[in-house]
Amino acid sequence: MLLNSRDFPANAREGLGNPTLQKALSMARTGFPEKRARAIERLPEFESLREKARAIKEATLANLDFYLETYENKVLAAGGKVHWARSASEAREAVLAICRSVGAKTVTKGKSMVAEEVGLNPFLEENGITPIETDLGEYIIQLRREPPSHIIAPAIHLVKEEVAQSFREAHRELPPQRPLSEARQLCDEARAVLRPRFLAADAGITGANFLVAETGSSLIVTNEGNGDLTQLLPRVHIVMASIEKLVPTLEDAATLLRLLARSATGQEFSAYTTLSTGPRREGDEDGPEAYHVVLLDNGRSALLGGEFEDILRCIRCAACLNHCPVYTAVGGHAYGTVYPGPMGAVLSPALFGLEECAHLPNASTFCGRCEAVCPMQIPLPKMMRGWREREFTQKKAPAVARAALRLWAFFALRPGLYHPFARIVARALFAAGARRGRFRSLLFHSGWTAVRDLPAPEGRTFHHLWAKRRKGA
Amino acid sequence: MSEPREEILGAIRRAFKRGALAAEAAGELSRRLAAHPRNPVPQRAAALEEEDRLRLFVAMAEEADARVSQLDSLDAVPAAVAEYLARENLPAEIVMAPDPMLEALPWKREPLLAIRRGRAEAGDAVSLTPAFAAIAETGTLMLISGAETPTSLNFLPDTHIVVVAARQVVASYEEGFDLLRAAAAEKGWPRTVNFVTGPSRTADIEQTIELGAHGPRRLHIILVGEREPAGKK
Amino acid sequence: MAETGVRVGLFVTCLVDLFRPSVGFAAVKLLEEAGCSVEAPFAQTCCGQPSYNSGDRQSATRIAEKVIETFADYDYVVVPSGSCAGMIRRHYPGLFAEDAEMRARAEALAAKTYELTSFLVGVRGFTRVKARWRKRVTYHDGCSGLRELGVRDEPRTLLASVEGLALSELSGAETCCGFGGSFAVKYPDISDKMVADKVADIAASGAEAVLCGDLGCLLNIAGKLCRLGRAVEARHVAEVLAGMAEELPPIGAPG
Repeated sequence: MLLNSRDFPANAREGLGNPTLQKALSMARTGFPEKRARAIERLPEFESLREKARAIKEATLANLDFYLETYENKVLAAGGKVHWARSASEAREAVLAICRSVGAKTVTKGKSMVAEEVGLNPFLEENGITPIETDLGEYIIQLRREPPSHIIAPAIHLVKEEVAQSFREAHRELPPQRPLSEARQLCDEARAVLRPRFLAADAGITGANFLVAETGSSLIVTNEGNGDLTQLLPRVHIVMASIEKLVPTLEDAATLLRLLARSATGQEFSAYTTLSTGPRREGDEDGPEAYHVVLLDNGRSALLGGEFEDILRCIRCAACLNHCPVYTAVGGHAYGTVYPGPMGAVLSPALFGLEECAHLPNASTFCGRCEAVCPMQIPLPKMMRGWREREFTQKKAPAVARAALRLWAFFALRPGLYHPFARIVARALFAAGARRGRFRSLLFHSGWTAVRDLPAPEGRTFHHLWAKRRKGA
Repeated sequence: MSEPREEILGAIRRAFKRGALAAEAAGELSRRLAAHPRNPVPQRAAALEEEDRLRLFVAMAEEADARVSQLDSLDAVPAAVAEYLARENLPAEIVMAPDPMLEALPWKREPLLAIRRGRAEAGDAVSLTPAFAAIAETGTLMLISGAETPTSLNFLPDTHIVVVAARQVVASYEEGFDLLRAAAAEKGWPRTVNFVTGPSRTADIEQTIELGAHGPRRLHIILVGEREPAGKK
Repeated sequence: MAETGVRVGLFVTCLVDLFRPSVGFAAVKLLEEAGCSVEAPFAQTCCGQPSYNSGDRQSATRIAEKVIETFADYDYVVVPSGSCAGMIRRHYPGLFAEDAEMRARAEALAAKTYELTSFLVGVRGFTRVKARWRKRVTYHDGCSGLRELGVRDEPRTLLASVEGLALSELSGAETCCGFGGSFAVKYPDISDKMVADKVADIAASGAEAVLCGDLGCLLNIAGKLCRLGRAVEARHVAEVLAGMAEELPPIGAPG
């Protein structure tokens, strides 16, 4: 779902000025990277697994049509159904139709970024179906009517006092004297409230970390067990997944799984990795009676074979978010799309349009940490630059910036003009700023001097001095 | 319903400037699926001797906050279950998977232990299940659904006790997959396979890890290692 | 001066040329001490990174062509900046994907282009400088040098040979300072948060000076140190290694 990416600078300012958000982010900024680093140190093969994982995903994408068809056949053979959706609206309609076919009134949901992408919850509500998020973080933000701010830790922008307040407002039966000051108490409260809802739901919707072509299985990776209860207890299990989630075999999934949890939370392995293949079998005492998969394209097939294809390797571990100095400064909501951070800066323009999301690929220093930690070796800075190039060639970049760049290039290509001009600028800036050594404000540099001084130059250019030295020599 | 399907597949083929894969190319991919070759497996999980495998399994499972107790024989399981419940101040009541291996245990020796067989219901405090296999690499249990092993036992109760035989402990996920495929060839592919590493947990509130988010708060593994000479399995 | 067979073309960088030519002369001094003969061709201006990172690939390509031509004949090209060296080494070849001949020339240039400290240590085996500076310093690793070129140990190796100097490592040394070229101007609030965090880490290190191999980062860090009135000096690592730090005022100080 696209929210307000156009307002990124204002959103960012708001995030920077929000002290509780900053407190929450300061915990994430060190926590995730330290845990990841420790996990990777324990697996000497991490780098070679990255290479292998990349090769697996590249080979899968190159034959995605084959793997999708193979997967579909396997799902059908296991007694499941596959629904293909070109767009967000087709995906929403497919889910609604399944829910209506079984008269579902309430649906539990495991965390699904694809469901967020297509805006499933508001749509179900409009159509008289109550979606209940069951991942603790998702549940909290659903109560607060907020979008997720992180792709694996949706409530990372909140501190526990805010969670407590949301629970007190929403949970009518909660005695006011019950303490909710610790994470433990908040967890227990959510567990107690959600347990009957798991048991009563008519349908359960989960995402999928991978779809396995070999077996027709969907695979989810969770820690709470909510995804498993969601798909186990109701009569119907609906999997929402985008087409690039395919992997050929269980062995290929294993390679990706060895990277996923370590990159995401720094765990050796998540608590629950679950393969689901079709509905309950004859003789089974539990499990859903029907199993549906909604396969979403939503612009992804258009990325294949092009300069943004690499983003389809993404396994949504969020390491790029956790290591991004911009993300950890402004928080996920500033991005105004369900996919924030570096992976979102590449994916969101593809899904929601460059014009809407133009800020996102621009809001990067190209520090390269995202690419360095990406388990799938996705060249995120390169692709952000690719969006900037499209913006520039399609003349969507601001006219002043374009003109300034062209002027710079004009001089840079003409040393005979450039060097004398540089000499004048160096002298002028020196004359104006030498006494203090720096400028507190400077015409045309308000973006710079709003927050820091500009050191004054030494007064002569290197090339001027070099020429004099050579003459003197 | 077929229109979106054809369009998506068509868009993929257009992106690669080709039609559907030729029979030869598709055959090659199908053969790879059927052969499911192994990718590199970390040294940690490659070809471990039984003793190292068990040691790694226990260490990794405990690191993931599971508790492991080791017994010499299956006959000692009922007493170990009763003792565990007493030690943890839990009621002497369990819901047990209707599994032949568990049924065959000498439960009569624990007359005070109430046992219900079948799937878990709301309010069940403790479940007891077998495992399909266990994976040393990350201390992971491999549990499959079936008439004798309802999945709800793995998730609804607060406490989940799992009986694992030492010979069921394999080194890597890949070895677990091979066992699964062999079993599926006889009994069909199970609806669900749960890879369980420690009890349920969340870090969604201020990155503080709390156990028992929605699934079990405690995972207790009873590892039964018949002290046999190597090679006799 | 040792006239040897090794001819080095110094790529000065536009920021050093305009703001702090002393860094260029420090680089020349170090290269000569390491037995190289140094030239700084007048035909150079900028590496094209501003155009490249702003999406103006066409201009970047034309600037790259000019740099390739200008430096084609040197044995090595040395740059007192990880960022500009990274541009030439890692990005130039990709600009000529469609032009095999230019691509080959770009690759040839990329292969012989080095960031200053990595050239001194890695290529010349030059690990001991003749400088002395009695200061407790800390070091910020510029992102491009660190992650595009893998420069990390080289400046530390060289600094270890400076008499009187003590290095205390910076917590978050590998985190971006928030410069990012036009990013600092386009998103000043975010850049400010990043550089403020950086300056706080610098202060926490207890160092009297922060060193770095990139003037872009240094202008940003020095600008923030000045604005906050902090007494910590900001300097290019080459100034210290060349023994120029005693007489040269730090970046942003009155001249």
